[in-house]
Amino acid sequence: MSLLQVKQVSLSFNSKKLFKGKDLSKKVLNDISFAIEEGTCLGLIGTSGAGKSTLGKVILGIQRPQQGQVLFQGYDIYNADKATQQKIRRDLQVVFQDSYSAVNPRMTAERIISEPLENYEKLTITEQRKRIIELLERVGLSEKDLKKYPHQFSGGQLQRINIARAVALKPKLIVLDESVSSLDMVTQSLILELLNELKDDFGLSYLFITHDIKAAFLISDTLGVLEKGELIELYDSKDQFFSSKHPIVKRLRDSILAEHPRFRTLTTKANWVNTNRLSKQL
Amino acid sequence: MKAKFRDMLKSQKVIVICSLILFLLFLITIFAPWIAPNDPIAVNLAHKLQPPSLEYPLGTDHLGRCTFSRILYGARISLGFAFLIFISALSMGLIIGIISGYVGGWVDQLLMRFGDGLMAIPSLLFVLGFVGIWGAGLKQVVLGLILVQWVYYARVIRGMVLSLKEQNYITAAKISGSSTWIIMKKHIIPNVLPSLAVMGTLEMGWAIMNLSSMSFLGLGVQPPTPEWGAMIHEGKSYIRTNPALMIYPGLMIMLVVITFNLLGESLSERFGVKRR
Repeated sequence: MSLLQVKQVSLSFNSKKLFKGKDLSKKVLNDISFAIEEGTCLGLIGTSGAGKSTLGKVILGIQRPQQGQVLFQGYDIYNADKATQQKIRRDLQVVFQDSYSAVNPRMTAERIISEPLENYEKLTITEQRKRIIELLERVGLSEKDLKKYPHQFSGGQLQRINIARAVALKPKLIVLDESVSSLDMVTQSLILELLNELKDDFGLSYLFITHDIKAAFLISDTLGVLEKGELIELYDSKDQFFSSKHPIVKRLRDSILAEHPRFRTLTTKANWVNTNRLSKQL
Repeated sequence: MKAKFRDMLKSQKVIVICSLILFLLFLITIFAPWIAPNDPIAVNLAHKLQPPSLEYPLGTDHLGRCTFSRILYGARISLGFAFLIFISALSMGLIIGIISGYVGGWVDQLLMRFGDGLMAIPSLLFVLGFVGIWGAGLKQVVLGLILVQWVYYARVIRGMVLSLKEQNYITAAKISGSSTWIIMKKHIIPNVLPSLAVMGTLEMGWAIMNLSSMSFLGLGVQPPTPEWGAMIHEGKSYIRTNPALMIYPGLMIMLVVITFNLLGESLSERFGVKRR
């Protein structure tokens, strides 16, 4: 059985008006189905507004879809009883794109990371502090950072704290919602490395939501392309992505920039050649 | 430490001075019985309308009561009940604002439309109506003012909660398994309180003003209890012969209201809080 199964999920936002007017409902997700196996990472690629983050929210259990089911370890997360839901919560975590808005600015690093621990594990203060220090060290920070406030960290460091909070309860699945997109290239690769290590250490699975195709290649085992609320194609390997004939996939592929400006050209056809070269590099 | 204090005095002059004045007033309200030279309600017609003397520092009123003592004791009523209004309206506004903002939907609509309805009636008129139904008295006036005032807090808090609710850290807290109560306690209330303190400072001035106005109209504090607004009311018959009877309590009201308003303004400037 797959860890996570998404079955025919559809969602539209309708703005309810007090007085009836034009129907302003907007379809955001349309009949989406896929599965994530335990210990793997699914990379979800799509342009802005494709519904990626909404899909992430649906999977996290905070945005109920109008149709379809989300099964986590076989439980329907929207129709399970309270106790099961609370148990599922524990195994489902998230890391957001903007690390600053994902933490309460009035809390120290220690209190940020302690939040999930306090909710699920009744630890003594010393035990809890030991756990938090372990977690901080695991994500590349140190005991000195315990009492620091969010504004004293850099974006990359704060993202590490977010990751520490997400893995604190040793969850099964983490939704990485554009988690590295707002970081510089060096920090990005360091964080991706850390995520890869944690995946092996804790036996995690990821849903990696991104518009950065290169980052997705680095971490994902399978790939999916989302466009205008529809899951266009799913791939088991990078080669499949590169050989896809779908026009939208083609456009995405062409948007990958070559590392060296010399290889970049403006015409799509020439770029196509370059991305072929890129596929070999990757 | 000393240098730090001097720096603060320089950069935050208004805040420091206003806080000092308020602290002094606070001491006066607490220690009124020890400071006051005379009994504030002891009538002595033989000494009526006396000019300032050693025995009566600010003279006496038409019943021979010591004006200075009455002002000191009056501070207890004016400031004490204004504070009561402030705290009650704030708590009520806080609870209703948070519920309205966080729950949303029809609960929000219901509470806010009810609030709009209250706001549509001028506050003085509302309190007058309240007193008209249940009779004049401090209790009715205080209750009326609380019922008028909570709406403003509730609206501001609702707005803040609405924007806080969309923050990612609230979502992250939900995903971390925090219950609604924990989210309120840990994330929403601590982020709302600072702005509220600033707003409250401004509203304190409002509460004192209104409480005194109602007493001036003879609807709030009843004689012989000393209260600033009531003192002005009593003194107004002697405005030609003894204007001091109105001037002293009037000056006190002015001092307190201006202090609170200046403090509120500079605090809101300092912390970048928007007013309603």
